[in-house]
Amino acid sequence: MAEYSVIGTSLAKVDAPERVTGKATYGADLDLPGMLWAKLVRSPHAHARIKQIGTSRAKALPGVKAVITAHDLPPLPKGATAPLVGEVSIDMSAIREIVMASDKVRYHGQVVAAVAATDPFIAEEAAGLVDVDYEPLPVVEDVLQAMQPDAPLVHEDLHTLEEATQEKSGQPSNVSTHMVYTRGDVEAGFAAADAVVEKTYTTQMVHQGYLEPQACAARIEPNGKVTLWTSAQGHFTVRTQLVTLLGLPASQLKVVPMEIGGGFGGKALALFEPTAIVLAQKTSRPVKLVVSREEVLRATGPGAPAVITVKAGATQDGKITALTTTMRYDAGAFPGSPVARGLLVGLAPYKLDNMVAEGFDVLTNKPRVQAYRAPGGTPAAFAVEALMDALAAEIHVDPLAFRQKNAAEEGDTLPLGMPLNRIGLTQMLKQIETHPCWTTPLEGPHRGRGLALGYWIGGSFTSSAEVKINPDATASIFVGTVDLTGTRTTISQMVADELQLDPQDITITVGDTDSAPFADLSGGSRITYTMSAAAHQASQDVLTQLKERAAEKLKVSIAEVEYQAKRFWAKDDTRNEVNLAELARESVAWGSGPIIGKGSTTRMQPAHAYAAHVADVEVDPDTGKVTILRYTCFQDVGKAINPTQVEGQIQGGAVQGIGWALNEEYIFDNGELKNASLLDYRCPVALDLPMIETVLTEVPASEGPYGLRGVGEVPIVPPGAALANAIYRATGTRLYELPMNPERIFWATRGNGTNGSHGANGSGGE
Amino acid sequence: MSKKKEDLSVDAFEYAAPQNLQDAVALLAEASGEARPLAGGTDLIAQMKENRRSPSLVVDVKKIPELNVLSYEAGLRIGAAVSCTQIAEFEPVRVHYPALAEACALIGSYQIQNRAALGGNFCNAAPSADAVPPAIAYGAALVIAGPNGQREIPAEDFFVGPGQTVLEKGEVLVEIVLPSPPPHSGAAYLRFIPREEMDIAVAGVGSFVQLSPDARTCGQARIVLAAVAPTPVRAKEAEAFLTGRALDETTLAQAGELASQAASPISDVRGSAAYRIELVKVLTRRTLGMALERARG
Repeated sequence: MAEYSVIGTSLAKVDAPERVTGKATYGADLDLPGMLWAKLVRSPHAHARIKQIGTSRAKALPGVKAVITAHDLPPLPKGATAPLVGEVSIDMSAIREIVMASDKVRYHGQVVAAVAATDPFIAEEAAGLVDVDYEPLPVVEDVLQAMQPDAPLVHEDLHTLEEATQEKSGQPSNVSTHMVYTRGDVEAGFAAADAVVEKTYTTQMVHQGYLEPQACAARIEPNGKVTLWTSAQGHFTVRTQLVTLLGLPASQLKVVPMEIGGGFGGKALALFEPTAIVLAQKTSRPVKLVVSREEVLRATGPGAPAVITVKAGATQDGKITALTTTMRYDAGAFPGSPVARGLLVGLAPYKLDNMVAEGFDVLTNKPRVQAYRAPGGTPAAFAVEALMDALAAEIHVDPLAFRQKNAAEEGDTLPLGMPLNRIGLTQMLKQIETHPCWTTPLEGPHRGRGLALGYWIGGSFTSSAEVKINPDATASIFVGTVDLTGTRTTISQMVADELQLDPQDITITVGDTDSAPFADLSGGSRITYTMSAAAHQASQDVLTQLKERAAEKLKVSIAEVEYQAKRFWAKDDTRNEVNLAELARESVAWGSGPIIGKGSTTRMQPAHAYAAHVADVEVDPDTGKVTILRYTCFQDVGKAINPTQVEGQIQGGAVQGIGWALNEEYIFDNGELKNASLLDYRCPVALDLPMIETVLTEVPASEGPYGLRGVGEVPIVPPGAALANAIYRATGTRLYELPMNPERIFWATRGNGTNGSHGANGSGGE
Repeated sequence: MSKKKEDLSVDAFEYAAPQNLQDAVALLAEASGEARPLAGGTDLIAQMKENRRSPSLVVDVKKIPELNVLSYEAGLRIGAAVSCTQIAEFEPVRVHYPALAEACALIGSYQIQNRAALGGNFCNAAPSADAVPPAIAYGAALVIAGPNGQREIPAEDFFVGPGQTVLEKGEVLVEIVLPSPPPHSGAAYLRFIPREEMDIAVAGVGSFVQLSPDARTCGQARIVLAAVAPTPVRAKEAEAFLTGRALDETTLAQAGELASQAASPISDVRGSAAYRIELVKVLTRRTLGMALERARG
């Protein structure tokens, strides 16, 4: 592989100055002349029929310019879809109901109306004056209860889709999809096992915890075109959804991306933008919509919970002979949980000759889930990795040796069918063997060490880049992908090396849908990976164009032009040269023309990401409180373009996983969230965490110019099981439910908790 | 939810910042609607934003000299508007009242501690207030000024229920007075939260122990429980049990059991009643142990 001088270095974030000085502009910063403020009216019921909505009192309030309900949104045929990413489509009739409920509310906090007023205080008061007459319906909150035949129906007309046959069930149901993947003969596999362990694991609904509440603003331009500013993770993706939702041609919508205060998958859908646009159309004034922290927690779409049963058998020497799993993921009020991803993530680390993987997408009267960093992965890995730990213990095999014995390798087939290209799982596990986090004895009472693996497939989809040479011999990069994780910096690093420019000579701009080249949304750990190909291609395009011009000047063929350090010369005559400055200067002169390179990629292979986390904990036997003593993340990153940013991604993901594992959970009462504040929705704070150590493995991915893999998502996958396994060694008690908060551990260690048997639910004391 | 106001708007209110105590009392006494004194504002402003309180008059008491006293002579005097940070960093507090210093350094975050006043921690009357149990454990009294002059009451008699105190209309808390700690005494406060900071006590216990002159037995004990009853409560049975006894581990554990009988907690999103009872036992035992160690010097 080539030598690089900028790739592989921890270049400071190129956009750090505006971020740390507060100059970066976020959605909530928008202030447009004549702007109105929108406020959403939300349901106080988790399940109710809307009998009537009275808007006259709200409209009569001075300063109120419009009040809308679902009837003011354009009609949409049931089943209308819009592409989301790749082959994944999204049911826009469901999105329309989340934007504004038409006949029935299916979760507490679902939007039923919206107002626009001259200031936010009037808007808020007016929202309180919208009179909604509800007929409350029975609420189904729990995923297992929702699967019962007599459960209240979230959708009266929804029938279970059998994925294999594409047939629908006769009776309506809360199960939207049922899927089964099988391989080999599990009965024979279990018969060959010396030990079989089966347990059921439960996780709760959690929030992504992004700092910035969603914000957007819409303005109708004099030519009738709509300009929309948004905090969404993908402005082209939002445009695509709005085309279907509002029936507007794509060319009539200019979507401008703002800086984003965290998304983690929770800002992929156009849930607020349609309302701002319709209000702007009604009032002929710009309308801004910013949701509150409480709304964010209640109803913008959390991460999915699951109830997962895993059964696995192994021989005495530690070889897995069979595995079955049933994963029931709670989608909330509309179909679309990440259950298929759960099946994939949970099983991907292992060679499984005999396997049955079954998934259910289940509806409840809770907010429709949204993606959350490695969607579906964390609950699945909690279940599978805790079960593997128990199985290894049963046959007295070291948990690391057990993983090594069964680790997936290149050429193995993933549970859902795809063959694995080059992966670094084996090399990564080898690194753990000798690392002090694994070899240092853990002394003292109430302490334990846990290991768990994680996997994420990583997205590809479409990314594009344009690279221009400026007259002063610098380069400008233009992309359509919003920067969530430092991608401005990593893309700049790649272009700097390809063009052999100083990073200082590179600027990068994230453009709107009218000006930037098309890109899918920022998510799926895909931007740095796919942009590596697009930026490389655009840079090569620039170099080709420069060499053409140099060849003309040097009077040689293009093949004879060499380039290094801003200098072109003829291969056979190094004195016959022209420098980049001259070509750049001439590019804006008459008769020459600009130099613009283009790159685009749309179907790269997955760059599979594997991780392993090792946690040391101490559990207070009197209170059940866990203190993390040491936490180490191993990860195959392919190639770290910017090691500091890679480490930051790993640390951030691990911290979110730790929060999910130990304290974060949605607590519902008849469908109403009881802890809709950051005081009682307990994300970890800095003092709760040790330094998260990172150990990078670099086994190049099969595709892409630098061998890098997406790194952002997999680190959230292992923490649940790594901590559960550590807590088991500290206390002798296995926990089967997240979060493993002090009270849950307190009662579990006193024999008053769930034992992982199927259908067990809740733990003592709550 | 649709009818409830969120964290955006605060109802209109009058604001005054008197320079002396008499003016403050007069403003509070003459207010037509609800009037609330404002010190750090870390509770009041949040409550107003969440529409849990809508006073028509807010009286900023930070400019009143009597409420900014912080002195240690024949005891400790803390003006009601003195911030938690000032208290926690005041040398005599660190030396003679370490449990109070520790509690003041627990509340919220550094930013909160820089604003929040001990007087506010009392007047907000949250059952979970962290600085209250150690103050009561040290035998604090409260000086209250009102239209009819000043009065002094034991700190533990100040609370009526969650958010409610004995303060009458026009009355303002002036200072918290702690007696000099007697010889061979010590105190400690511990609260339990699932995180390490930025949280509200699931349960809290402040304990004070004074040893007998021969240092063999407990001469006097005070145990104050937080977040397990409508107000901070003394665990008097446990205190009486300890008096005259040698303080070994078994005795401290027994005191924990007895103290838990003084608790009448609720179950909420922060913890169940049953768990809170268990926490009281643990925290009582641990704070008594720490207090004892301090008493022995």
